[in-house]
Amino acid sequence: MTYLIDRRLQGKNKSAVNRERFLRRYKAQIKDAVGRAIKGRSITDIENGEKVTIPVKDVNEPHFGHAHGGVYETVNPGNTEYQKGDQFNRPRGGAGGAGRGRAGNSEQTVEDDFIFELSREEFMNYFFEDLELPNMIKTQLTQTIEYKNQRAGYNVSGTPSNIHVLRSLRGALGRRIAVGGPARRQLADAEQALQALLDQGAPLDDEQVVALKDRIHHLHIRLNAIPFIDPFDLRYSNRIKVPKPSTQAVMFCIMDVSGSMDETRKDTAKRFFILLYLFLKRVYEKIDVVFIRHHTAAAEVDENEFFHSRESGGTVVSSALHLLQKVITERYGSADWNAYVAQASDGDNWDNDSVLCKQILTSAIMPRVQYYTYVEITDGPPQNLWEQYCDVAAQHRNFAMQKIMTPADIYPVFRELFKKQAK
Amino acid sequence: MPRDPSNPRALPEQSEWTFDLIEQAHEEIKRVARRYGLDTYPNQLEIITAEQMMDAYTSVGMPVSYNHWSFGKHFLSTEKSYRRGQMGLAYEIVINSNPCIAYLMEENSLTMQALVIAHAAYGHNSFFKGNYLFRSWTDADAIVDYMVFAKNYIAECEQRYGIDAVEELLDSCHALQNYGVDRYKRPAKLSVAQEAARTKEREEYAQSQVNSIWRTLPQREEQVAADAPAHRFPPEPEENLLYFIEKYAPLLEPWQRELVRITRKISQYFYPQRQTQVMNEGWATFWHYTILQDLYKEGIVGDGFMLEFLQSHTNVVYQPPANSPYYSGINPYALGFAMMTDIRRICENPTDEDRVWFPDIAGSDWLKTLDFAMRNFKDESFIAQYLSPKLIRDFHFFAVLDDDRSDKLTISAIHDEAGYRDVRHKLAEQYNLGSREPNIQVWQVNTRDDRALTLRHTQYNRRPLNGQAQEVLRHVARLWGFDVRLETADPSGHVVSFLECRREKRGR
Repeated sequence: MTYLIDRRLQGKNKSAVNRERFLRRYKAQIKDAVGRAIKGRSITDIENGEKVTIPVKDVNEPHFGHAHGGVYETVNPGNTEYQKGDQFNRPRGGAGGAGRGRAGNSEQTVEDDFIFELSREEFMNYFFEDLELPNMIKTQLTQTIEYKNQRAGYNVSGTPSNIHVLRSLRGALGRRIAVGGPARRQLADAEQALQALLDQGAPLDDEQVVALKDRIHHLHIRLNAIPFIDPFDLRYSNRIKVPKPSTQAVMFCIMDVSGSMDETRKDTAKRFFILLYLFLKRVYEKIDVVFIRHHTAAAEVDENEFFHSRESGGTVVSSALHLLQKVITERYGSADWNAYVAQASDGDNWDNDSVLCKQILTSAIMPRVQYYTYVEITDGPPQNLWEQYCDVAAQHRNFAMQKIMTPADIYPVFRELFKKQAK
Repeated sequence: MPRDPSNPRALPEQSEWTFDLIEQAHEEIKRVARRYGLDTYPNQLEIITAEQMMDAYTSVGMPVSYNHWSFGKHFLSTEKSYRRGQMGLAYEIVINSNPCIAYLMEENSLTMQALVIAHAAYGHNSFFKGNYLFRSWTDADAIVDYMVFAKNYIAECEQRYGIDAVEELLDSCHALQNYGVDRYKRPAKLSVAQEAARTKEREEYAQSQVNSIWRTLPQREEQVAADAPAHRFPPEPEENLLYFIEKYAPLLEPWQRELVRITRKISQYFYPQRQTQVMNEGWATFWHYTILQDLYKEGIVGDGFMLEFLQSHTNVVYQPPANSPYYSGINPYALGFAMMTDIRRICENPTDEDRVWFPDIAGSDWLKTLDFAMRNFKDESFIAQYLSPKLIRDFHFFAVLDDDRSDKLTISAIHDEAGYRDVRHKLAEQYNLGSREPNIQVWQVNTRDDRALTLRHTQYNRRPLNGQAQEVLRHVARLWGFDVRLETADPSGHVVSFLECRREKRGR
């Protein structure tokens, strides 16, 4: 008795659970590998997948087994040259090729590090795990989706208040012309014939004249019977509802590109912002990102220029903060917007400017934003800007500041600033 | 005789298979197998995709298994090798159960499907049913049920006690998998219903047994000296480490004991397969070869079929010589097939040398002789009994002696008159599980004092333990709950070295 069963449609990915278990167990190592990988990458290919290497001792499943030593006697096939009693040197590397195979070693020795690939998606997952924009409270107020009406062409049905008069009348005119077409032609013919007869001098009570006049009369009646307007002609304005985005967040990226920021510092700042940008794009569907670049004067730029341009100058941080304030008031002033700011600088500011910065922050900006982060890229002692910002941090709970000393710190600092908060 | 297309039973010469064609091929193979008297469990053939084959690979063909990260790791490395083209997926995976499940990959051609059916569904199947090791140690009727039970039990434990706790325990059990086997007793019959019913009973009983051992309190030093020498516990060394831990580890929860037991039972199930690889593969290869040859002679399959089959067959039984870069040990398919074919030759056309070496079987009925061999031997004894000088010459076997006391390797035997017996003996020894794996047994437990467990490794040929031993000891200590010591002794009983793993006294 045989059973022939087709199992192709069922039970794919039976190993998916085990694969997940494996990833879960080695999460710490995988995250390590991810953190290390980011360091080495250039800005353009930060997004790719990654090969993760886990050292053998961690994935090893240990078993009791023999090691080299003592007496081993193995039989191998393919003797072409040896006689009994021949002696030769031990091949280097443990004589793996001489068929040690089953006679000794532990059955599951793995020699290489265990390497496997993370796809781009998984890599980004681990990279941005447990991160979120904090303090996003304003979303909770808008639970229902709001709609707004938008014009969208015309419709043949609708409510009387939506009747579009112009188009309806145009349609009516068209209909009248079309429907009356043959009659009108006949009328023209008849009138022409009548005129011809009258010109010839026919009397008014001539048969043909009378017949033609009759006909003309009929046709007039017919033409007048065509209704001026018909329900068929009516056209209505079509209005559709478009959902308004409910979670509205905007991230301001402020980067100091003054002369005191040398190439490496600028690079570090750019890496920080790239991480931030990828994170936001990934996690939040509708988020606006505003890039502000400043030296002595601030300018709002687009993404390309922000990351790739090479301007330089002195440092006046307050210029950026002024611009920030202006943009918020103009474009993101309504209560629907969650505003976030990330500022990167090396802490070197024009002397009196730092106090001004603190003032702008405390008076105009902090009340308006959900979360303000400041990263200082320097390994020197804190300068006046840092100290002023410390004051702001003391006063406001939603202000965070961190130092980045080497590029290796970028990722941990980033995680620290944006880690998921326990709800 | 080439295939006669007008023969109503002839298989069409095509590579596409259909369900009907597979059934037809199967009927023909079954008929020939019956003629040779192959006794098999009922067959269940399953068509699967390549991805499912990879899954099957990692779960060793078991349709059901519990979840563990190590299976995930195997899956990842299998997948990686497969995607890189470093390995082809086995075209046959079959498990020892009743009914016997064989997996056919959907990408196979009709010839390959027929080959798999002959090889797995009739070759391996009859071996599982006939060989004495399988009959003694495994219960084919109950294994799938037991795996279902194991999977559900472990999933429940994970829910109740957390994935991490279960994972840690399973890691430790897996480390001792090869030492969880009884070599001398037949295990009790397994079934889902019985296991579920007896689990609770076992929990209570086991706990009470453990309590009775630890009734003694630690004594003060004078008293220890004054007491008569204590009974040694255990009175005889115990080789089944997992069994010992399951019954006597003082700090295991009942569910943990059950997990140890599950690992033990599964390991017991796979125990015969480790010892009969050469025979099993040789038997299956021999029969797929014989059956398909017969079908060709009867005209049921044609030349195209045979060409494809022979190409696959030849690749499978190829043995690269030791100096080839492709050499990776002795190919069990090659050796097994050669030996089975050779036995048939000795029975049908014995030479004088054969009559000297195999007086009992030379000229006898080959079918009966092969059947007897299949039923009553394992790899080690099979090779020791049936390896003929002709095969030793064919393979050009030679023995290399590697003694760490000498700085050179010595050739201790080759395929000449003086060397045949030596080569045969040494080759058989290579398949002896007792010398392949270290001999580690429970030596004693320090019941009076610190509850430490002492394991003894009796050295074989002065071979040392490998570097993983310390790691495994850690696992043993985790299971036992107290300090564990592993002594290595030479055959005379003199301890030459030891390893130790200490547990913290407070907590677990």
